[in-house]
Amino acid sequence: MKAEISPRMKVILYGLMCVLLIPFVFPTWWMVTSSVKPISDIFAFPPQLLPQSYDWTTYSKVFELQPFVKQYWNSAYIAAIVTIGTMIVSSMAGYAFARIKFPFANTIFMIVLLGLLIPSEVTIVPLFQMFLKAGMVNTHWPLVLVPIFGAPSVFATFVMRQFFVTLPVELEEAARVDGLGRFKIFRKIALPLARPALASVAIFTFLHSWNLYLEPIVFLSSADKFTLPQALTQYTDAYGGPMWNIQLAAATLTALPVLIVFIIAQKQFVEGLAHTGLKG
Amino acid sequence: MAVAQDNAIPEGRSSSPFWTVARRDSLGGFLFIAPQLIGITIFVLIPLGLVFWYSLHEWNVLANTFTYTGTQNYQMLIEDPNLPQVLGSTAIFSAGLVVLNLSLALLLAVLLNQRLAGITVFRTLFFSPVVVSLVAWTIVWGFLLQKNGGINGMLQLFGIEGPNWLRGETTAMISVIVVQVFKNVGLNMILFLAALQGVPNELYEAARIDGAPRFKQFRRITLPLISPTILLTSIITIAGSLQVFAQIAVLTQGGPGLSTTVLVYYLYQQAFQFHFFGYGSTLSILLFLIVAVLTFAQWQLRKRIVFYES
Repeated sequence: MKAEISPRMKVILYGLMCVLLIPFVFPTWWMVTSSVKPISDIFAFPPQLLPQSYDWTTYSKVFELQPFVKQYWNSAYIAAIVTIGTMIVSSMAGYAFARIKFPFANTIFMIVLLGLLIPSEVTIVPLFQMFLKAGMVNTHWPLVLVPIFGAPSVFATFVMRQFFVTLPVELEEAARVDGLGRFKIFRKIALPLARPALASVAIFTFLHSWNLYLEPIVFLSSADKFTLPQALTQYTDAYGGPMWNIQLAAATLTALPVLIVFIIAQKQFVEGLAHTGLKG
Repeated sequence: MAVAQDNAIPEGRSSSPFWTVARRDSLGGFLFIAPQLIGITIFVLIPLGLVFWYSLHEWNVLANTFTYTGTQNYQMLIEDPNLPQVLGSTAIFSAGLVVLNLSLALLLAVLLNQRLAGITVFRTLFFSPVVVSLVAWTIVWGFLLQKNGGINGMLQLFGIEGPNWLRGETTAMISVIVVQVFKNVGLNMILFLAALQGVPNELYEAARIDGAPRFKQFRRITLPLISPTILLTSIITIAGSLQVFAQIAVLTQGGPGLSTTVLVYYLYQQAFQFHFFGYGSTLSILLFLIVAVLTFAQWQLRKRIVFYES
């Protein structure tokens, strides 16, 4: 497989990859370019790969029709809290399952892993009733508490445990001889070494929270509480049909910042995901 | 994991005989896992018990009554005329998604594993939909798949009259599968790529010396060595496919008819649109059983199919 590739083969491989790229790249291109076309042009034939004329008023309508800034903030701060909270909860639990001897450790680990089998969709009805009783429906609490402490964080705990298992135990033994307590060993020695695993936990937790859709539409009912995924679908006309240009403008504003961060940090992103306990 | 026991090093406050190293460690262990364990209990285990309890009741939200009806909801489940079609759609969706996702991921990983200039750029671009907001991605595809949308516009340039993708039963199902595959195949691609890079080069060299053709090398060396990754990705992908909701809600609302109404979407409709919380809970139990059985079955298969070096 690693033999030199003949020039003819190279052309074939590049050609194949370019064709395969179309469905991955074109939608994003189409989203951005269509969002600045006047409404009369977005369904034009032949399709305009580059806008022939520009209409920027679409973008101001995004902010006029809904409290979009507020909704952006909702999504951003929820994702930030969930990401940090999950990193704390899962790194502590993952460390304990990998390193500390305590009674019933294996049984408890099995119980926690059950969370992988029980996606939030299964428990959405009782969760709704519980939060209703607690007066937390139409607040952001369910979107913060369930991901940090419930089923979604179990995968993170699993990744952290798999990582801590591979750390050489001698480092901690030395610290222990120096009189450091468990928590200090965890915070000063194990955690700094776990940065790659923490990074990948942070990435997929952020994306999970940022993409959450079922939970917001079940729990939230007022527009100023909405998160972005929910808000995007609310730009509809009087008949419930989507106002395409405005939806695409709002979608562009939602997607582009994360995409740009990803392109800048793609190495850490991709390699972080590949080189953690996920390898099976 | 040898924990030093009764070591003679004085450890400050721990000098009292009750707090031995082992005892302090046990306490520490419980404190470390406490947030996760309490969280799982409140947000997973208790709700799972409740969902079973609800499934045994008829719950009328308007009249505010909650009456025990035993297995009546399960009777309803068996007799539900929509259920065969919903389960059929779920099966087609999951099977289509897994097959397409894994084979495309493997193909892309093999391509990206070649020594070519600029390969990182391709890797970044293939991965990029993973970081695009899910609903934004779905909205664009919904836009592209309109009768007069971008895809049919492109087809028309070649003189092909494209269908109304989201309004035909078969094309709607194909659409929701394809939209989901392109969104997330990058994740599996990266896992496969990492696995491919872990295959020792000497094996290929030896095979080349023996004159084994490339395809045979792939089948006899690559596939067995990356089989643990194939298992892992297929478990994750199948479990994930059963939770797909946003794409269906945004693209097709389960239609036309019931053709793209997968189990999660049906559950959502019954519980939160029609307020049949009891029956919705019964459907939740069904979803749970399907996920559990499939995961267990794959885990069992691992012993037969997956090749381990040791």
